[in-house]
Amino acid sequence: MKSLEELKALRDQAIKKVDIRKEKNGTRIVVGMATCGIAAGARVIMSALMDEVAKRELQDVTITQTGCIGVCRLEPLIEVYRAGEEKVTYVELTEEKARRIVAEHIVNGNIVKEYTIGSVE
Amino acid sequence: MDFYRAHVLVCGGTGCVSSGSLTIEEMFNKALEEKGLEKEVKVVRTGCFGLCEAGPICIVYPEGSFYSHVKQDDVNRIVEEHLLKGRIVKDLLYIDKAAPVTEIETSINNVGFYKKQKRVALKNCGVINPEIIDEYIAFDGYQALGKALITMSPEDVINEIKKSGLRGRGGGGFPTGLKWEFTRASEGDIKYVACNADEGDPGAFMDRSVLEGDPHSIIEAMALAAYAVGAQKGYVYIRAEYPIAVKRLGIAIAQAKEMGLLGDQIFGTDFSFDMEIRLGAGAFVCGEETALIASIEGERGMPRPKPPFPAQKGIFGKPTVINNVETYAVVPQIILNGSEWFTSFGTERSPGTKVFALGGKINNTGLVEIPMGTTLKEVIFDIGGGIPNGRKFKAVQTGGPSGGCLTEEHLDTPIDFDTLTALGSMMGSGGMIVVDDTNCMVDFARFFLDFTVEESCGKCVPCREGTKRMLEILERITSGNGTMEDLDQLEELAYSIKDSSLCGLGQTAPNPVLSTLKYFRDEYIAHVVDKKCPAGQCQDLLSIVITEDCIGCTACKRVCPVDAISGEVKQLHTIDQAICIKCGACIPKCPKKAIIKQ
Amino acid sequence: MAKNYLTKENFEKLDQVIESHKDMQGPLMPILHEAQHIFGAIPIEVQKVISEKLNVPMAEIYGVVTFYSQFTLEPKGEYLISVCLGTACYVRGAQQIVDKIADITGVAVGKTSADGKFSLEATRCIGACGLAPVLTVNEDVYGRLTLDDVPGIIAKYKG
Repeated sequence: MKSLEELKALRDQAIKKVDIRKEKNGTRIVVGMATCGIAAGARVIMSALMDEVAKRELQDVTITQTGCIGVCRLEPLIEVYRAGEEKVTYVELTEEKARRIVAEHIVNGNIVKEYTIGSVE
Repeated sequence: MDFYRAHVLVCGGTGCVSSGSLTIEEMFNKALEEKGLEKEVKVVRTGCFGLCEAGPICIVYPEGSFYSHVKQDDVNRIVEEHLLKGRIVKDLLYIDKAAPVTEIETSINNVGFYKKQKRVALKNCGVINPEIIDEYIAFDGYQALGKALITMSPEDVINEIKKSGLRGRGGGGFPTGLKWEFTRASEGDIKYVACNADEGDPGAFMDRSVLEGDPHSIIEAMALAAYAVGAQKGYVYIRAEYPIAVKRLGIAIAQAKEMGLLGDQIFGTDFSFDMEIRLGAGAFVCGEETALIASIEGERGMPRPKPPFPAQKGIFGKPTVINNVETYAVVPQIILNGSEWFTSFGTERSPGTKVFALGGKINNTGLVEIPMGTTLKEVIFDIGGGIPNGRKFKAVQTGGPSGGCLTEEHLDTPIDFDTLTALGSMMGSGGMIVVDDTNCMVDFARFFLDFTVEESCGKCVPCREGTKRMLEILERITSGNGTMEDLDQLEELAYSIKDSSLCGLGQTAPNPVLSTLKYFRDEYIAHVVDKKCPAGQCQDLLSIVITEDCIGCTACKRVCPVDAISGEVKQLHTIDQAICIKCGACIPKCPKKAIIKQ
Repeated sequence: MAKNYLTKENFEKLDQVIESHKDMQGPLMPILHEAQHIFGAIPIEVQKVISEKLNVPMAEIYGVVTFYSQFTLEPKGEYLISVCLGTACYVRGAQQIVDKIADITGVAVGKTSADGKFSLEATRCIGACGLAPVLTVNEDVYGRLTLDDVPGIIAKYKG
């Protein structure tokens, strides 16, 4: 260890791996993973989301799953919680749609309106 | 970079390992693999979560779900339900015995046991994987060392510690900053820092937990101490009874060396520091600092007269600063966050937090860290969950074989170094053993004396001979042969041993006797005069009798090994006291609970 | 116990240990730990070798070996049953557990059975107070014991 900067760089790298255990207020993506969700292909969505988050090295994003949200016919679906924003529910997702949501909503803060439950219904 | 959406933390502390947590960890890995989740969910072995009673313990993040008493069959359910489908398995979550059952807390942060705690020394325990240096660094590890070496002079470091008011957590409560200042002021080109990890107080295990759960914090703190006092080398003296702690610290030292956090020119400065582990070999007295020095030097661990103090003449005759594990554990945070942050917790003369090991007759046995000044009641009832089996709180013993008992009337006492000493007990290393109305206080005192007699090193007469005589008197009393003069003699012996022993072991050895004599004298008198043990624990003073509730089922009669029970079917049975060996085998057999000890 | 543990092989290991610790300050304790590990005990024969190689008087080494409870002059049995008698365990009834084990195995505390199978000792706090009362058999740990658990545990090792 030669300098504080070196330590800091190391810390910034390391922190990403343990981030999940800290309390935080960042973005939370919840994937509906009950039997209906899994049957409709939620695992593919989950993998796509995780892949995007990892690729973009996004911090302060957690991905969790939940049980049946109650609109099984619109599965697979996810809910995005961001501080200061209303919950956004995206439905009838595909892998491509999921990747686009990460890029546009999570990174740039623009809700992808056409995938939301409001516009599909 | 690998991204995991969930972490499963499995406690790898001694307590949980003993209840099988390593198998649980293995099963998690296997179950995750079967479900194809191994790239999404990571299993992390951490140090102690503190709530050993509930082991094996697992926490699932990001939810912070706190699963307790996890059995092998439960693993598949947690993986299938929680990690695959996202449904927290509520019936496996920890249930707080102290809180009224309204709703089960799904996050660890809301569990009563943790709510009132303030974790400073235990900050990383149960949060990081202690065998991975990156995780320590992620939680601000080695920042304090970097800050001190680059922006602070050794005097600055000492001043910051002095301002923080940090007092030694090993028992004595001596101001740490002063100790460092004395060592810095001592003449000598070679100096040492030492860590006292010879945690011998039976019932205290916070040092073990820190070493197992956060070993790098000790390395960082010792490096800070070395920089402050001008030392080049450190020794950690650990009990050999703590194999997991020894192993993890060894791994941590190797990692720190590899990263250049130990060795030459740390952080590009002139400061160089190296350290090694020395094992104790089962002698309680080696927790006394001069005995510890003797042991490191390869001698019998016998204390030496002070002065000279270790700060003047310590290991191999060189100035040495010796601190306890828990003391070191808070040092990096004081340097990083400043002394004012530290003094914002605790009381004026005892700033900061203290870790206590709750044990004995208490629901939530385990480790708790609380701000100094928290009352005994809060610790025992709010955090500790009170006394099990509906029994009554009788006393709490603090400070182990050096401390004393506190009773119900002291429950509102705020805990700090000075209040405990004033009440005839002491902080000690922070063991807190709770006893209920079925524990005999005379026998409890005898237990501690038995310990001291065994562990007395034999160097000075008052301790070697005096404690032995005290033990003999106590044995007379618990076997029903004591006299009232014995009580006076016990007290007289106690005071002369306190006054004339060489080291802390002897000087404090009579405390358990003195404090029980003070607060539970009537129990001693019951043993001596009535020849009765009110708690029903001293075998020689007991008789087992059958009450009127007997229905004559003969169950007791059949189990008695010496045929002391007589009586016909459906008739009241009796026990012949001359034959009865008081084994108690009959007691659990009675369907009417009609057999009692008295 | 009849097993010969003072083998040539073990003494060679001891030589290596002493050699590797020679330049260390205060080498005695670490060497004794290793010796205890290699031989399972530190009998006089082993002490003699250490004494000669380190140039430390026998009396001093004997004094150190007998001072610390982890060093023994004779090897322990195949299974070492250690019952924790720390405060937390004691308060929760560890003494009865020891008595019961002594009763079942016929081995008194601090002793080894005639066939060399079991040694029984009452140990100091092992720090698993949350699980009191606790006992260990070699590396295996048993916690939250009741008297009824004891026969089953012993039976496992009787083989």
